[in-house]
Amino acid sequence: MRSFVRGIAAFTVCLAAAGVTPAAAQTGDPLGVGRRMLAEDNPGELWIDRGKTLFYQKQGPKNASLEGCDFGMGPGKLEGAAARLPRYFPDTDKVQDLETRLITCMVRLQGFNEADVIRRAISPGGSSGSDVEALALYITSRSNGMKVDVRLSHQKEYDVYKAGEYLFFRRSGQTDFSCNQCHGEAGKRIRLQDLVHMTDKKGAEEVASTWPAYRGAHFVVRTMQWRLTDCFWQMRLPDMKYGSDMSIALTLYLNHNGNGAVIRVPGFKR
Amino acid sequence: MNNPRRIFLKRSGQLGALAAVWAAGLAQSSRTWAATWNKAGFQSKAMADVMKNLGATGATESKDIVITAPDIAENGAVVPIAVSSKLPDTQQISILAEKNPFPLAATFDVSSGGEGYVSTRIKMGQTSDVWAVVKAGGKYYTARKEVKITVGGCG
Amino acid sequence: MAEPMKIRATLQGDVADVRILIMHPMETGQRKDSKGQIIPLHFIQSVVVQHNGKTVLDTQWSQAVSRNPFLGLRIKGAKAGDKISVTWTDNKGEKRTDEAVVAPAS
Repeated sequence: MRSFVRGIAAFTVCLAAAGVTPAAAQTGDPLGVGRRMLAEDNPGELWIDRGKTLFYQKQGPKNASLEGCDFGMGPGKLEGAAARLPRYFPDTDKVQDLETRLITCMVRLQGFNEADVIRRAISPGGSSGSDVEALALYITSRSNGMKVDVRLSHQKEYDVYKAGEYLFFRRSGQTDFSCNQCHGEAGKRIRLQDLVHMTDKKGAEEVASTWPAYRGAHFVVRTMQWRLTDCFWQMRLPDMKYGSDMSIALTLYLNHNGNGAVIRVPGFKR
Repeated sequence: MNNPRRIFLKRSGQLGALAAVWAAGLAQSSRTWAATWNKAGFQSKAMADVMKNLGATGATESKDIVITAPDIAENGAVVPIAVSSKLPDTQQISILAEKNPFPLAATFDVSSGGEGYVSTRIKMGQTSDVWAVVKAGGKYYTARKEVKITVGGCG
Repeated sequence: MAEPMKIRATLQGDVADVRILIMHPMETGQRKDSKGQIIPLHFIQSVVVQHNGKTVLDTQWSQAVSRNPFLGLRIKGAKAGDKISVTWTDNKGEKRTDEAVVAPAS
């Protein structure tokens, strides 16, 4: 995936030289027409059915479906489950996000090898996507139209929230970068790409309600774990470990701040 | 060797060769489009040649054709383009990106019942005029709109 | 192998607004895979849309149409319950047909 992304990046440098100036982007809304046209008919929808099939299909060494998987509302109950994630799960004694919970079930119920699942979880750009991506989208789509409602009712949920808050503002790595430097005020962008203002309620709501999303330049559905992984790379931090406590802390912090947002997935990201 | 078409397909991978096979009628499919797929038009590199192969040389500009597309596209791999024609008896709509290696991207035959409207998404390698070429009442008309291509830094 | 299309057809007055999403790589024949090998040309050449069995749109596409293509069109004289059928065929001869019913205006 990296080489794919870098290839695109190299390609864009040539395009940038073709004469698109930032000033042009600020008159009116020249990007808005395209964004609306793409969001109206989102190819990400093609993966919802695949995710649904995968959820109910018997798979893995134990030849089981995921119907016994408890996302917090009871085994197989998906309605509104993603709206409450991340949350504390007594059986693992951990706060888990959608993807780590899903992988717990793929390992415990279906008998898959955890390392294998994680290795394949983020698909290469321009592929037909991974099972985890399709499943995460299907499960979240069952909360479409519902409000994000992440609670801090268990002590561990509160602790993880505070850890996420700390991580969001902490400057790290060789460039001494924090999330807050790019996402802590309005009107920031990288080239033409507007950056979400996450310390603002509206921005936090956008984060909490639009993932998994179809990523236009990758042609596959991307999840929150991917988004964080890519941010870490952009910040030149060491590679983020998929499903790590750090990733769950940031996700819980952001989703809780976005409470009340109405979930509409798949989102569409350029 | 009892399936020459399949072997041919495997070896060639070349669009031109494929189209030639179809044009020669070797394809199993009886579908009419295979014979009418505008190989010459899709392979033309110069706008004048595309227009010639569409039979649209000398087409006149028309205000009855509206192209809906972004002024600036964030991602050249997915540029949304919609074309609406209010010309009476609209029969065909083609979408061209002038500076693409092969400008002709798509042709839509709109027969009775279909409105003079199509919407799709195309790849564009660089900032360019996008053309709509419309055949209506047996004559050809055009409209164009510039689309700037860029890509942001973070997604 | 080919995934089902997503077809939405909604009535607006007596016009059916039809929106079609297709999962397809639309390879240009110029892209390389991770091993540096050229990925062969692979794209949808034709999409045919029928309204109650009658062809209303016959398209010819090149490899310049985006990956996971979208096609939107409008069909005059449609009624709720009418049948829309969509068939695509690619340059490898693979094809798929899916159907949808025109939904009443919401």
